Amino acid sequence: MAERLDLRVGIDVGGTNTDTVVLDCDGRFLAKVKVPTTRDVMSGIAAGIAAIVGQVDASRITHVMLGTTHATNALLERRDLRQVAVIRIGSPATHAVRPLFGWPEDLRTAVSLGETIVPGGIEFDGREIVPFEPEAVRRFLDSLPRQPDGVAITSVFAPVSPQHELEAAEMVRKVLGDVDVSLSHELGSIGLLERENATVLNAALVGVAHGVSGALSGALAEHGLSPVTFFAQNDGTLMALEYALRYPVLTIGSGPANSIRGAAYLTGTENAVVLDVGGTSSDIGVLANTFPRESSYGVEIGGIRTNFRMPDLVTIALGGGTIVSEHDGDVRVGPESVGYRITEEALVFGGNTPTLTDAAVAAGRTDLGDAERTRGCEPLLEAALRQADAMLADAIDRIKTARGDQPLVVVGGGSVLVPSALTGVSAIHRPEHYEVANAVGAAIALVSGQVDQIVHPGPGEREHLIGQLSREACDKAVHAGADPNAVEVVEIEEVPLAYLTTPAIRIRIRAAGPMGWV
Amino acid sequence: MLLDADALQAIARGAAVLGTGGGGDPHIGLLMALQAIEESGPPRLVTLDELPADGLLMPCGMMGAPTVSIEKIDNGGEGARLREEVERHFARPVVALLSSEIGGSNALIPICWAAQMGLPVLDADGMGRAFPELPQVSMHVAGISPSPAFLTDERGNVLVTTASTGEWLERIHRKVTIEMGGSAATTEYILTVEQARTAVIQGSVSLAHRIGRTIMEARVDPVGALIDALSAVRLLDGKVTDVERNTTGGFVFGHAIVEGLREDAGRLLRIEIQNENLAVLDEGRVIASVPDLIAVLDSEIAEAIPTERLRYGQRVTVIAFPCDPIWRTPRGLEVAGPRAFGYDFDHEPVEALHG
Repeated sequence: MAERLDLRVGIDVGGTNTDTVVLDCDGRFLAKVKVPTTRDVMSGIAAGIAAIVGQVDASRITHVMLGTTHATNALLERRDLRQVAVIRIGSPATHAVRPLFGWPEDLRTAVSLGETIVPGGIEFDGREIVPFEPEAVRRFLDSLPRQPDGVAITSVFAPVSPQHELEAAEMVRKVLGDVDVSLSHELGSIGLLERENATVLNAALVGVAHGVSGALSGALAEHGLSPVTFFAQNDGTLMALEYALRYPVLTIGSGPANSIRGAAYLTGTENAVVLDVGGTSSDIGVLANTFPRESSYGVEIGGIRTNFRMPDLVTIALGGGTIVSEHDGDVRVGPESVGYRITEEALVFGGNTPTLTDAAVAAGRTDLGDAERTRGCEPLLEAALRQADAMLADAIDRIKTARGDQPLVVVGGGSVLVPSALTGVSAIHRPEHYEVANAVGAAIALVSGQVDQIVHPGPGEREHLIGQLSREACDKAVHAGADPNAVEVVEIEEVPLAYLTTPAIRIRIRAAGPMGWV
Repeated sequence: MLLDADALQAIARGAAVLGTGGGGDPHIGLLMALQAIEESGPPRLVTLDELPADGLLMPCGMMGAPTVSIEKIDNGGEGARLREEVERHFARPVVALLSSEIGGSNALIPICWAAQMGLPVLDADGMGRAFPELPQVSMHVAGISPSPAFLTDERGNVLVTTASTGEWLERIHRKVTIEMGGSAATTEYILTVEQARTAVIQGSVSLAHRIGRTIMEARVDPVGALIDALSAVRLLDGKVTDVERNTTGGFVFGHAIVEGLREDAGRLLRIEIQNENLAVLDEGRVIASVPDLIAVLDSEIAEAIPTERLRYGQRVTVIAFPCDPIWRTPRGLEVAGPRAFGYDFDHEPVEALHG
């Protein structure tokens, strides 16, 4: 099914709405639709597809890019999770914190059939802690009450050398036959417990990914479509379907990344602050060289610490439905919001609750509803809007990494609140199609690959090592579906390790490129 | 006091503040200690008065790279092995453990080990804060011998060292720690309860606990509550506007610039960093310096921000508070005063600078 890119469909499943857009290969906008997100998620996606199929020549659809919350929901609801065998390679080290220590008991029971720590593991400089013992893996698997649905393998310092993980996977396949195995070195970076957690969650989510993939194919087949499918991941890039089936945990948190990438695309900017104003809150992120800047902290997924780096966001309780009030002469803005009830409760829509939307209408920033109804509340609304502007300016300043004014891209349904000028902002862009920026972000995303390793460069070896790791990152991107002729390194980060006298550097390299032919 | 799960959570937060930007993230030590008390029950926190005068105390902790200790987690039995070696060497029992360094992750490690062994934890440490090197402890200042010292790894390798000086012990242990994989368990400056009366910094664990409780319980203004509780000096409320870091010889050197906001608008502070926050300059004038404690707190939640996580835009409150008096003695300043870190100025007590 080698097909040249023609029409692509971008789908983003959000908390409230599922947005679907269609772009052609030159990026022209052909259709957009917003439908409510359904509890099962999939029927919302199907409704979106059904709606756009009527608006474009569906036979030309060659690619579908999906950013979905299936994996997050499965973890939160402990639903459709696989029970996996958890193998850590590192004994005699690492017993001081056992695998899955501190997990909520019900989640642990839902995902784990048993845990072990077997002899082996790697040192920071690539030596073995002790030799790996494959027989210990066999004994553990034999001791389990039944055949596990999957296996999660994590070796100490696997990012330095994956050798023991690969040997363990071989033994697992010898004992269990064809079984899905998640290896930590393919998923995360330094930080054993966080990487192990991510690997276990990944192994448990493989079934969910198969379910989504099957249901999506089914929904597309109903319209006679069988396009190439990609999944959006948490760094704002895409992975091919077969990759998503192996690394489903990476689909978690793709929404904010898509929104930032979409904002970039719609305005043509490469570096900007992106403000996404919703009904209850606003997310402010940073677009750095066309990618979302990532947080330096790992994130929690379903209450579990992982080392995934998500887009760096400042979130404030400020949106179109934010309630404004007065207490003893003090004007208060939020944090409460009327949320989706705004169309009934806001003054301009005939309600009795003053909101920031009313303030924006009274100030002439937008002409929603009946402006007459804000009469008499002007002093309160004016004061509230001044506070809201100051809150936005403060949040924008917090997310910046350097002094100086920067351009701001405003997207999201609540963006009418944003004034025409803000302190610290050089220019404000309000792109067309701002309300579906996240689905656009999914549709236009690049495909990426990443390596994260500790290296020990001898004199003069640093350049050579970086070159070698850059090629590895590019290879990973190509494996994930990127065009080999257009893939390039987009980020190199070097962090020297403290409190060690031999030079050791942690290097993280990310490569990305447009989708290749499939 | 029993060091139960709630106490450990508070101590971990307090230890981060006392880490003055360094000492390693207490999170991994917290998990180790939580697992140990779940398996063996919480250890007791005791004062020197509760222990026999001739009883043997074991100051201990982990040394090496924090990045290694979050990846190659300990076996957990390292502390028991150190104790066994110490008892064999001295031919008498260890009566309590204490942390060599209350600032950062080493605050929790002796608690983990003590829980496993059923030993009490002494409410004291060797620094009252964090420092990068082994001899930068109060026992060294007080003239206690660093030797014999013991170093062990998860495999059961044990190094027993008789070093000519604390500085030599640092060099030998650091080299062997790297051979052992970049992280190892260590005890040195072993002493009796009687000797400890003038050689350790007492009350450090309960201080960490109090700091943590203050931050966790303050509903409105945790930074203000913490400043009150510590009688600390608020040097500046502002935001980080520049951070520069370099690594040389295994240690992080650099500085951060914090620009004042609100009442402090127009002021610029420069924080000098060598793993820890070592000095604060206001227009070239030193307004706080090591060995006094300098902490950079998140202005909203009062969480201490380690030096490797400082970055532009963070809203921070920079505070300073007095070190233990032992560090202000001539020998204390020789070991850990500004000149020991290569600065060309003398230490002035923070409370004198901000009378």
